Amino acid sequence: MRRLLLFVPLGLFAALAWFLFKGLSLDPKELPSALIGKQVPAFRATILDSQQPVDQSVFEGEPRLLNVWGTWCPTCVAEHPYLMRLAGQGVRIVGLNYKDTDSKAIAWLGRLGDPYEVVIRDPEGMIGLDLGVYGAPETYVIDAEGVVRYRHVGEVNDRTWNGALGEAYRALLP
Amino acid sequence: MKYLLMICLALCSSTSYAVIETYEFSAPELEARYQTLVEELRCPKCQNQTIADSNAPISEDLRRRLYQELEAGLSDDEIVAGMVLRYGEFVRYKPARTGVTLWLWWAPWVLLLGGLLLWLGVVLRSRKARVSLGDKQDQIEKLLKDNT
Repeated sequence: MRRLLLFVPLGLFAALAWFLFKGLSLDPKELPSALIGKQVPAFRATILDSQQPVDQSVFEGEPRLLNVWGTWCPTCVAEHPYLMRLAGQGVRIVGLNYKDTDSKAIAWLGRLGDPYEVVIRDPEGMIGLDLGVYGAPETYVIDAEGVVRYRHVGEVNDRTWNGALGEAYRALLP
Repeated sequence: MKYLLMICLALCSSTSYAVIETYEFSAPELEARYQTLVEELRCPKCQNQTIADSNAPISEDLRRRLYQELEAGLSDDEIVAGMVLRYGEFVRYKPARTGVTLWLWWAPWVLLLGGLLLWLGVVLRSRKARVSLGDKQDQIEKLLKDNT
């Protein structure tokens, strides 16, 4: 019994080392979305090109992606061709033009192509704020009832689409 | 004298007032609450700064929203709860004292208590050892005396 007590410090050290080791592989930038499993927050805005009013009901009926983008965001340029490809495969994508100017956004879509069903204007970033966006690009998977199922921060590409992001979307398909 | 003044100024300078924009509050009480809240909310982008310290666009937006909500008459708790709803528990520099975060408050006391018990145990044992050694010493001395 006495002997066993001698191993207590070793045990404590092992526990501490394990926690520290785990800490090495944690990404502090990966924040859990507070919105998973909740309805898309209510909003009132206008559509980029037509200036028609739009609200959260745009997400009803079919599973969709909500892609937060801006012309000022370099990674958005990088992921754009991939979004075009997804749109070509029939994935419905709603764009949120986050903290951007209309003229630049329209020019960009004219130049690079428009993968979006509809683009919601958010020049002040207030819809983004309600979504918990902290940087573009972010992509949300939203089901046919308008419930947020997954949030991806960063580029959409082959790797992420074959990973958790794409899986979350494919799980919603019939 | 000049150096003294320089040292005084250096000591008086405040650490972080990076914020540029100012808001006009309808009541001074709102401004005081604003100042406390900006120090308690964390910038989601620049992780180790409060939204008061940070000049990231997201912090600007959060400060504007905070201003709007204060002017709209929301209570501090409602505002913080709203921010937590959007960004998760992460935005609070003062985590809620519930669930797993209770450890943050209790762990130091638990460890201190454990340390105290350990220390008491060690002290008592060594005292007991010394006492029994003292007894033996007496016996030995007695034996030595008797045999001489």
